[in-house]
Amino acid sequence: MPNSFTFALGIVFDKAPTKTILFMKQLFILSLIFLSFQVNLLAQNEGGNPLENKKVPAVNLKDLKGKTYNTANLGLKGPVVISFWATWCAPCKKELNAIHELYEEWQAETGVTLVAVSIDDEKTKSQVPVYVNGKAWEYLVLSDPNGDFKRAMGVNNVPHTFLIDKDGNIVYSHNNYAPGDEEKLYKEIKKLGGK
Amino acid sequence: MVSNWNKVLRGFTQAAFLLPFFVFSQGNVSGNMESIFQYLNDDPIIGANQPPEKALVNSYMNAFYTHGNFKAGMRLESYLPRIQGYPNRFDGTGLGMRYAGYENDFIEVTLGSFYEQFGAGLALRAYEDRALGYDNLLDGMRVTVRPKKGLQIKGVYGVQRLSFQQGKIVHGEGIVRGVDAELHLNETFKRLDSLPVDIVLGASFVSKFQRDNNPELILPENVGAYGGRMKLRYKDFYFDAEYIHKGQDPSNDNGNIYNLGHAAVFNLSYTKKGLGILFSGKSVDNMSYRSDRTKDLQDVFINFLPALNKTHTYNLVATLYPYVTQPLGEVAYQADFLYTFKKGTKLGGKYGTTLGLNVSTTYEPFKNTAGFSPNDSSRVFYKSTPFRQSDSLYWLDINANVTKKINKQWSLIVSYFHIRINNDVAKISNFASGIIASHIGVLESTYKINSKHSLRAELQGLIVEKKDGQINDQGNWFTALIEYTISPSYFFSVMNQYNFGNPDPEKRVNYPIVTCGFIKDATRVTVSYGRQRAGLFCVGGVCRFVPANNGLTLSLTHSF
Repeated sequence: MPNSFTFALGIVFDKAPTKTILFMKQLFILSLIFLSFQVNLLAQNEGGNPLENKKVPAVNLKDLKGKTYNTANLGLKGPVVISFWATWCAPCKKELNAIHELYEEWQAETGVTLVAVSIDDEKTKSQVPVYVNGKAWEYLVLSDPNGDFKRAMGVNNVPHTFLIDKDGNIVYSHNNYAPGDEEKLYKEIKKLGGK
Repeated sequence: MVSNWNKVLRGFTQAAFLLPFFVFSQGNVSGNMESIFQYLNDDPIIGANQPPEKALVNSYMNAFYTHGNFKAGMRLESYLPRIQGYPNRFDGTGLGMRYAGYENDFIEVTLGSFYEQFGAGLALRAYEDRALGYDNLLDGMRVTVRPKKGLQIKGVYGVQRLSFQQGKIVHGEGIVRGVDAELHLNETFKRLDSLPVDIVLGASFVSKFQRDNNPELILPENVGAYGGRMKLRYKDFYFDAEYIHKGQDPSNDNGNIYNLGHAAVFNLSYTKKGLGILFSGKSVDNMSYRSDRTKDLQDVFINFLPALNKTHTYNLVATLYPYVTQPLGEVAYQADFLYTFKKGTKLGGKYGTTLGLNVSTTYEPFKNTAGFSPNDSSRVFYKSTPFRQSDSLYWLDINANVTKKINKQWSLIVSYFHIRINNDVAKISNFASGIIASHIGVLESTYKINSKHSLRAELQGLIVEKKDGQINDQGNWFTALIEYTISPSYFFSVMNQYNFGNPDPEKRVNYPIVTCGFIKDATRVTVSYGRQRAGLFCVGGVCRFVPANNGLTLSLTHSF
């Protein structure tokens, strides 16, 4: 960073910098670093949890009926779980099937909505409604066939599950599924308070 | 006067430099990184070699920034050198992708690198798969407008990423231009909402330009591809279809023929709670569409031709005999079925039982050569009709599985697969010819010890049918896997693959591998040590050959 600043300043100030200007530049850079540090601290203090200020990015995705949703504003009340999955991902399906058995209770207790984002591309996208309905899932299922939302959310691999509070902040995320993980997720949902 | 100007400039630059810090403190930064390190040993019996560097490392990091309507992002990549199985020309460290953009409800503009898909991607799909090292992004400009609710028009203009050398993107030679429009009638006309129908219509036009530098042929410098699509829903029935026509596009792929090309897909499905049925078809002829006509493999494809079959997950099924679309031509069909027997019924038991069936076939298209001379200067050598197939089989997959939860602790999945693949066309093995026919059985069982500890085991057997009394390909295989997980943070697994049926007794070897993992929130660290056989590593129907290796692999992923 300092290099680009000195370079840019060099252009603005003079081609042959004098000692004073060099000193000023150094001072300027130091103050910038200090300032950015302060800004960082402020940002940390506001949220406490560094994830808490992270919002869901806006990407337009379609559900299985063709309706468009803006991921930054899904229009859902209460906490939201966004779970990235694919028809070819065995642990993803295990996670969503495990939650499926608990979903009614979770919804009644916390008002949570699960959004299952399928990253299946055109090869397997058509199998998504077959699986979702065949398993009688009651989630909101969105399709991300070209990985736009996956990329925006910083997802490396699936399954990756995010918890979003009612104000749209990402408060928890977990990049794996092992039996029992759904209980940890439910604890995190309950931390957000009741309905 | 001059010093005054200097003061003004100084003030201005200071303000300009401070601005980003305030802006960044309010905006949203997100991203992710991955780093994979390998230390490899020589292992001549499986054909694994130690590279001269001994150790290899791949890394990348995405950083995206949004603030209000503004967004920007980049990806840094590093190959020092690239891990095995990655494109061998990737090297160095540098920017692999970068963009800036602006978006509001009406318009979205992106400058720099972007990914895009028109419809089903038969005309245009720019995408990435980092695990494969696949990236055909477009570098240029994209504008998306949404003039009316339900209507979206996109325009793209750019050159494609071909490679990444010495830390820099290398672009393909040709320029890609395209426009796409999609209309969701139900969102545009609210009156339709009261009817049980849902209609989406779309159309695309894509064109590429590449200079003609061929001394012998007159090559078309501009090649267009265009077509339309529709999606219809009536109650629980759903139908979608897309058809793309391509102009004359002589290339290395098709042997510089001047035939026209086409690609068509359709899906028809019926789903309700507990039941899913799908029937799909696809017809492709002469549809390799690249922004550089001299390239091959997975380089600078403008379009995407999905293979019409299930993506399998069990090791022996997924990596030994996977199928990839033949862009020069194929006719394929698929049927997929899933049914859950309800809880409390005879077959459903206490927790419900799920039955899945899937069948897919692919054949060579029928190419009518009557009336075409191989010496004709038009270089049009045959006529094909969409969905008209010959009797030359490329691929057949029949598979079934039953998922059953026995009690609170135990669950079982039993699967069977029959796969026939034409190794002369969709080449996947150097040890086989003609059709490789295999039968695979898999038994998977999970036992939940308590709320955090679980044990999972997989047993897989693969039998290859003999061909003319001889063992075909590498013969029979057996795989066993045991995995122990402690929620939410740890896993340990041991897998062994045993090629007990190899025709060469010396190659009847074991491929053991141990893997451990640690997961904390969005950070994941895995370490594995052992042998991995050569195979095709595929994601979504695109595959890359990964050579056999023996050694240590360390991987770190993190999202922020």
